[in-house]
Parts: sequence; C-alpha cells; structure tokens
Amino acid sequence: MARHTVGSVHELAITESIVDAIVEKIGDGPVAAVRLEIGRLSGVVTDSIRFCFGIVAVGTGLDGARLDIDEPPGRAYCRDCRREFALDDPIMLCDCGSADLDILAGQELRIVSVEVR
Amino acid sequence: MCSTCGCGGEDATTRVTLVEGPEQAQPHGHAHLHDHPHDHDHAHDHDHATRTVLLEQDILAKNDLLAAATRHRLAERSITAINLMSSPGSGKTTLLERTITDIGDRRETLVIEGDQETWLDAQRIRATGRKVVQINTGAGCHLDAEMLGRGLTELDPPDGSLVFVENVGNLVCPALFDLGESARVVIISVTEGADKPAKYPYMFRTADLVLLNKVDLLPYVDFDVDLCLDLIHRLQPDVEMLPVSATRGDGLDAWHEWLANRSAATVLQ
Repeated sequence: MARHTVGSVHELAITESIVDAIVEKIGDGPVAAVRLEIGRLSGVVTDSIRFCFGIVAVGTGLDGARLDIDEPPGRAYCRDCRREFALDDPIMLCDCGSADLDILAGQELRIVSVEVR
Repeated sequence: MCSTCGCGGEDATTRVTLVEGPEQAQPHGHAHLHDHPHDHDHAHDHDHATRTVLLEQDILAKNDLLAAATRHRLAERSITAINLMSSPGSGKTTLLERTITDIGDRRETLVIEGDQETWLDAQRIRATGRKVVQINTGAGCHLDAEMLGRGLTELDPPDGSLVFVENVGNLVCPALFDLGESARVVIISVTEGADKPAKYPYMFRTADLVLLNKVDLLPYVDFDVDLCLDLIHRLQPDVEMLPVSATRGDGLDAWHEWLANRSAATVLQ
C-alpha cells in the first residue's frame, strides 16, 4: 500500500523548539524566511518539519515564513583503516566492516539564520 | 500540541502527577484552555527589504542546557537516574517492578513513569511501595529534559537514591532527547524482531546498555541472539547486551551489578 511517508512525532517537538528559540532571540516581529541545517544523519525528517512548521508557526511572527533547509550529507572517519568517506546510511559502517567511526558531518540540527522584515 | 483539540503549549498537555496509591482516581480529561489570544491581523508590509539575522544555534540547545543542569543537580546529590527506553510491550514495567523489589531494600529507589496517557504503570509501581511520579505527555511521543526536570522536582528524590525513568514506549523519538540522565538503557525482547537495532539505529547508538528481555521464551520464538548482538555492535562496537528474564529471573544479577557499577561511576564524577 502506497503511503505518504512522514516522520515520527518528534519532529513536532523539534519544530516547536525551532519556533521557540527564534521568538526568544528576535521577538514577535514578522519573519520572512528561516534557514535551517538538518543533516542527513540527524534522524529528523525534513518533510515532517515543513508540515509541522505550518502548524506551529501560527500565532507567531513566523507565520507564513519560508523555510529553507540545507541537508548536509554525512561524512565519517574510520579509526581502523584511517580513511574518510561519504556516508548517508544511518547504519554507519566503513567498507572495511568497522563501526568504529568518528562522524564528521551529517548530524547537524541547527538554526542558521532568519530573514526579518 | 494537544491531542484532543490541537491547542499548543506544553503546560496544557504534559501532566506531572505524584501517584499516591492504586486507589487514587485519575481525573478524566484535562483542562483545555481554548481562549488563546490569537491575533491573526499581522500587518504585512511587503515593500520593505528583509534583513538577515545570524543565529547559528543548535535546535536542541534549550533541551541540552536543561539536561546539563539536571545532570549537574543529580551528580551533586549522588543520585543515579537511569533512562529506560524500548518499544511498547518489551516488558519495561515488569522489569522495573522486579528490579525495585529485588534491590529496593539496599538503596532508596524511586520511579518516574512516562506515558502518553493513564496512570496505569505508575499504579503498578506504587503497588510495590515506592514513590512514583507519572508524566503524561498527551500527544508527545517522548520525554524531554524539561519534563524530567519537572518530574524530579515533584518526586524530590533523597541524596544517594536511584531513580528509574521509564520513557514513553517508542524506539524513535526518545533517541534524540538528552534528559540529563546518568545512563541510557535500551530494552528489546525476544518476541520482537532481532533486526530491531538495524531498523532503529539512532536509539541503539545512544544506549549505554542493551537488555535482551524475555529470554525464557527463546525456545518458543525465532529470535537470532547473535544477529541482534552483531547489529548492535555495528552501531556501537563496545556496548554490552545482557540477556534477562524479568519474569523468571535469568540474568538479573548481572543487571544489578551493572547498576551498582554505573552508580559508583556517577557518584565519583
């Protein structure tokens, strides 16, 4: 059965954190756009953030704001074979079979900037 | 956000209650405040140019700050808080009942129960005679640092005590939220698929310990213990998995020993 894939409900809490953090920093003034960084290894589904944002932003200065989301790809360093490589799978394994990795990128969950009117 | 009417605000949804006894009646429903002052008449003036404000802030910064404060508050008072996470039905509450009955005489043991709704688990724990606080998250699918902070304030655990925090049964969302706990324990049972660690990698990657529960049922189910352990080690090479049966008692000594070692480590920090 084909179903539209949405993430789990933690995206709602994440979106609430985003809106709260922005309002706390810049107040209730109107916001034209919000830029986020949500890494591909972060465990957060960006489609769900967009869906939740439309709901959570109502009644704040962020209502109707454009959401720009950068999704940095994953990068890891293998401590066994001492190699850096691209990684977009949440099961984090090096080609050599090792799971002993340093994750260098892809786990970002950040508010980068907002455009205020 | 409220599951019933969609109104926002944590105070309207999360309920923290000290459950005094099994006979204590749970109020039906909760107060909904529908009179939010929504002002939909924003003046939109599209003629002005926009100005970019750099924030460069972690989305979970507020949660992580609260978690750090809780961790500090617990360490100062030599309190160990164990965050128990699993899918619904893995036997968390049964394991908890058994554990506090087995070791609760040696050390003051208290419980914070997290569920979307009902006081049922808190009442099971209360029946063992231990102090318990129920957090009902409403639509929420996980506990966060703010909820645990409120729960601890209500529970008021004494210095040197052991606090179990039973998270909402869910292998997805709790993975992302640091509560300020001393350790994170993930429970999987042999009646689930052995491939759960591969399906829910974020959760298993944050675990300090994995408990494999219901091992008394291993003869009757098709659960590949080696595969499960292998999948866990692909996520975290060094994490330990302890096989236990909360009903028959298998492996519980090793679990108690792990708790004692973890508590010692917490107190020394």
